[in-house]
Amino acid sequence: MATIVQRPKLSLLERSYFPAILGGLWITIKHFFKMLFGQTKVTMQYPEQKWDSAMPEWYRGAPTLVKDEHDRERCVACQLCEFICPPRAITIKPGELPGDNRWSKVEKYPEKFDIDMIRCIYCGLCEEVCPEQAIFLRKDYSITGLTRAEMVHDKEKLYELGGVMHGLVHKWNEKK
Amino acid sequence: MLTILFWVFSVLMLASAAAVVLFRNPVNSAMSLVLSFLALAALFVTLDAFFIGVIQVLVYAGAVMVLFLFIIMLLDLKAETRRRLNIAALAGGIAVLGGFVVLITHVVKSLPTSADHFPALARTGYSDAYDIGMTLFSDFNLPFQIIGVLLLVSTIGVVFLSRRSLR
Amino acid sequence: MPSLDLFLQPEIFLVWTAALKTLVILGVVLTMVAYSVWAERKVSAFIQDRIGPNRVGWAGLIQPVADGVKLLLKENFVPGGVNKFFFSIAPSLAMIPAILVLAVLPFGSSLFGVPMVIANLDIGVLWVFAVSSLGVYGIVLAGWASNSKYPFLGGIRSSSQMISYELSLGLSVVPVFMITGTLNLGEIVQYQVDNGWMVFPAWFRSGGGLLEFTTDNGSMFGLDLGQTLLWIPMMVSFVIFMIAMFAETNRVPFDLPEAEQELVGGYHTEYSSMRFALFFLGEYAAMIAGAGVIVTLFLGGWSMPFVPDGSQGWFWGLVNIGTFFAKVAAIIFFFLWVRWTLPRFRFDQLMKLGWYVFFEVALVNIFLTAGILAYLQS
Ligand code: SF4
Ligand code: SF4
Repeated sequence: MATIVQRPKLSLLERSYFPAILGGLWITIKHFFKMLFGQTKVTMQYPEQKWDSAMPEWYRGAPTLVKDEHDRERCVACQLCEFICPPRAITIKPGELPGDNRWSKVEKYPEKFDIDMIRCIYCGLCEEVCPEQAIFLRKDYSITGLTRAEMVHDKEKLYELGGVMHGLVHKWNEKK
Repeated sequence: MLTILFWVFSVLMLASAAAVVLFRNPVNSAMSLVLSFLALAALFVTLDAFFIGVIQVLVYAGAVMVLFLFIIMLLDLKAETRRRLNIAALAGGIAVLGGFVVLITHVVKSLPTSADHFPALARTGYSDAYDIGMTLFSDFNLPFQIIGVLLLVSTIGVVFLSRRSLR
Repeated sequence: MPSLDLFLQPEIFLVWTAALKTLVILGVVLTMVAYSVWAERKVSAFIQDRIGPNRVGWAGLIQPVADGVKLLLKENFVPGGVNKFFFSIAPSLAMIPAILVLAVLPFGSSLFGVPMVIANLDIGVLWVFAVSSLGVYGIVLAGWASNSKYPFLGGIRSSSQMISYELSLGLSVVPVFMITGTLNLGEIVQYQVDNGWMVFPAWFRSGGGLLEFTTDNGSMFGLDLGQTLLWIPMMVSFVIFMIAMFAETNRVPFDLPEAEQELVGGYHTEYSSMRFALFFLGEYAAMIAGAGVIVTLFLGGWSMPFVPDGSQGWFWGLVNIGTFFAKVAAIIFFFLWVRWTLPRFRFDQLMKLGWYVFFEVALVNIFLTAGILAYLQS
């Protein structure tokens, strides 16, 4: 059923708009002077001031690779993340572990691991899919570069950003 | 100096007035007409008739032509530009123009002052706006009032005719 | 020194002082244009509790230069299907009238005996209206030549808006001429020096007031019956003129020709680079010229109570010039302040307001002034 909204009856003064205009002007000038004398503080000066300390643990920044506490790389080049990545930002070139490594017959390792940060949409699917918990979205959000090549994070860069992740899986350790 | 300015502006005025007719695109014509008005205003100014010059710009170039342009822009200009040259109309136009030139030369020749210069207007020491006002409201008061009434009547007529629910 | 004598010959003196004044005013006003863009951004930011430009220079003061350089370096793109000739002259047509208005504004009393106005025309006010009415061509032609829907709508809106508001603009100042008895802007200012500003008639030269205090330089401060009566139509004129000026310079709440939310960018949608900048700057130049006209007609031009004019020494001449530009800046601040306060009118409301309200009120105001003047003379 249609509802009919009764228009309020305005007095002549109200219909001349002037009180409303003056009221509006008064509000804006109050804001102007409060800002001018620095009483309002809302805006953050971005590159100098950052929210980093207030960012939650689960923040989804740039995807990175992590090592475990024994400085071993966790990634086993299973390429699951490469397959799941919606914009296909990840390129992995798996390689055999050298013969003297005791895991050489069992696992691979990523010879090359590139994430194209121009493509990455920070969806976090790679982190979710990784069976080794080797890839994590960390807190870096300001990924910039002057060339396309610069925007591709290679393995070194990924480890540098990722650092060490303690606990969670210890697949490569001896079973107790 | 003034002679040079006179020639510059009269050539500009005549050329743009001719352009009004010669252009196929109505917007070009309208803009040429504006230019011609501006040159005419400049001619008035060189004659020290500032008031008339400025009113020329204000009324014709500033208001009337804007309305013209407003209407012209709403037309289908493509069809307008595609129109072929009409030889008969052209010939007729030139004939009228020729007759007009003959007429004007006759009139000017038969004027008593045509041989020498027109006498300069007497300077009153007031601005020309004052002079015009004085002339209008003293010597020509009655015609002025009549024109005013005429304009009022036509305005009311236009308002009446353009009312949507005309019964 | 013969060469100096040559420069002091009346005609030559007139020519080079006029050229000098033109150059200086052009420089000052173009700088003001650039900085009113900066002020617009700053004021809008402050009103909205933001900070505004603050990276380029202290408090972003070099921002206009950076903007200018950026606009100059951008590609001057001409879309296909435009009418090339009108497309390229339209920006200049929008900018030039705004600057031409400045020619007749008295921006100071006198400096070293030279009157501080570029062209002291007897019909100064009419010149202002005539020239600023030409400003609409730039916008209309830009809209039409762009051969695109939104600019076209912007151009059409602009032409109908300007025509409707020019009438109330012109009619609302008629009472000023009736009181001062002149169309010469310099004389109007001189009248206000002697008799108080149009909107603040609190002092006068001739005696006979209701309340009066005589100061040392002979002018009297107080209320005069005639001035006080005339103050009523003057305030009406002032308000109408101000509002019509908003419409004339396409400022909010009358910025329909370029309403961003409805028409993309209005008449300058298809423009880029310096051509766009010319429209943008032309709008601000028109605003400054408009503010100058308001100041001259209603706020006493360069005059300030109890400040002598330039004939008392060059220092006071400079003070007068400073006063004028300070008043202009205050009016511009008001323009900006209103822009960030009020919403935009709908087009039919705008037309109604112009034709049904301001036009009539301005007409009645003329008769009111005539009545008061007749009463005072009897
Ligand atoms: S976060 Fe998403 S888009 Fe980015 S690399 Fe991982 S899966 Fe690909
Ligand atoms: S990061 Fe994880 S999912 Fe990707 S290849 Fe390495 S182990 Fe597999």
